[in-house]
Amino acid sequence: MAVTRVKPKLIGENNQYCSGCGHGILNRLVAEVLEELGRADDAILVTAVGCACMMNELWQGDNMQAAHGRAPASATAIKRLRPENIVFTYQGDGDLSSIGIAEILHATARNEKFTTIFANNGVFGMTGGQMAPTTLVGQKTTTTHFGRDPQFTGMPVKIVELLATLKPAYLARGSVDSIKNINTTKKYIRNAFEAQIDSEGFSLVEVLLPCPTNWHLTPEQALERVGSTVEAYYPLGEVVKRGE
Amino acid sequence: MSEVTVYAEKCKGCRYCAGVCNQDAISFSEKSNAAGYQFAQVDPEKCIQCGLCYTVCPDCVFEIA
Ligand SMILES: Cc1ncc(C[n+]2csc(CCOP(=O)(O)OP(=O)(O)O)c2C)c(N)n1
Ligand code: SF4
Ligand code: SF4
Ligand code: SF4
Repeated sequence: MAVTRVKPKLIGENNQYCSGCGHGILNRLVAEVLEELGRADDAILVTAVGCACMMNELWQGDNMQAAHGRAPASATAIKRLRPENIVFTYQGDGDLSSIGIAEILHATARNEKFTTIFANNGVFGMTGGQMAPTTLVGQKTTTTHFGRDPQFTGMPVKIVELLATLKPAYLARGSVDSIKNINTTKKYIRNAFEAQIDSEGFSLVEVLLPCPTNWHLTPEQALERVGSTVEAYYPLGEVVKRGE
Repeated sequence: MSEVTVYAEKCKGCRYCAGVCNQDAISFSEKSNAAGYQFAQVDPEKCIQCGLCYTVCPDCVFEIA
């Protein structure tokens, strides 16, 4: 069936991401949801540090860049001062689960009424592919040459499951490795923003993304790895549903 | 009837679109665009304007309207 598909106005013309970078898909999904909700004009984006922060050059709506890992602290202040606006952070896994883990834990514990989009590509992308807390066991990175060894660096952090113990309004994990998963992820993002609009509390959607450059794979191989390998450790689905 | 516009200058040649097009309508140019990538091109005879290429493209290369 023929459909209409036009780039959202919140997304500018050219992004600075590498070929096949998952951030490009996820940035667009967030923009589509906000436009479909009619909230493009009053949504405030708080970006992090990392490739994920290049979203602020692409984004045509209001935004600010926070210090590394501190986007949840900045978003807390903005949302408390401007409760009528939609406020959301967009953070990579190095940013959110490493230097910023205190901020995201406490924002969740306080059940702050903003939304976090958590872009998990399993490495520090911008700085050259070092191990992140989310790097899979056995995965080779520039700081785990022989593969991540859990005896030395512990187990990969599952943010959604960890935060679920704090009972925020909404938690889900999606992926972009197939049309089905992209469409489901978009529904999760919509649920997260609707939870915020209804003042239910904190909402977060983790999305598994490919970083072909630092995985040293072609984009097609990287997308395949998300489906075959990354999703095996990070299960997809809604972990805390609205109203639970 | 809607049609697909390809903004070839934005394409980075990742080939995700060709992987999801089940009409085999997408091929890649021999020449590169200004950014140095062989870009996606759509065969209008085969394309059914389903939008799957738009959904997967990280660079908003496709418009279907
Ligand atoms: C205080 C501080 N420490 C370290 C850095 C270096 N640094 C820049 S980006 C980054 C990690 C980004 O990784 P991630 O959040 O996974 O985002 P990605 O680049 O993968 O999108 C680090 C450690 C910095 N900029 N500031
Ligand atoms: S290094 Fe990885 S995360 Fe950064 S833009 Fe390139 S593909 Fe994306
Ligand atoms: S998905 Fe987009 S960027 Fe990738 S090859 Fe196709 S048109 Fe180009
Ligand atoms: S709209 Fe559908 S049929 Fe046409 S090129 Fe894109 S994926 Fe293929």
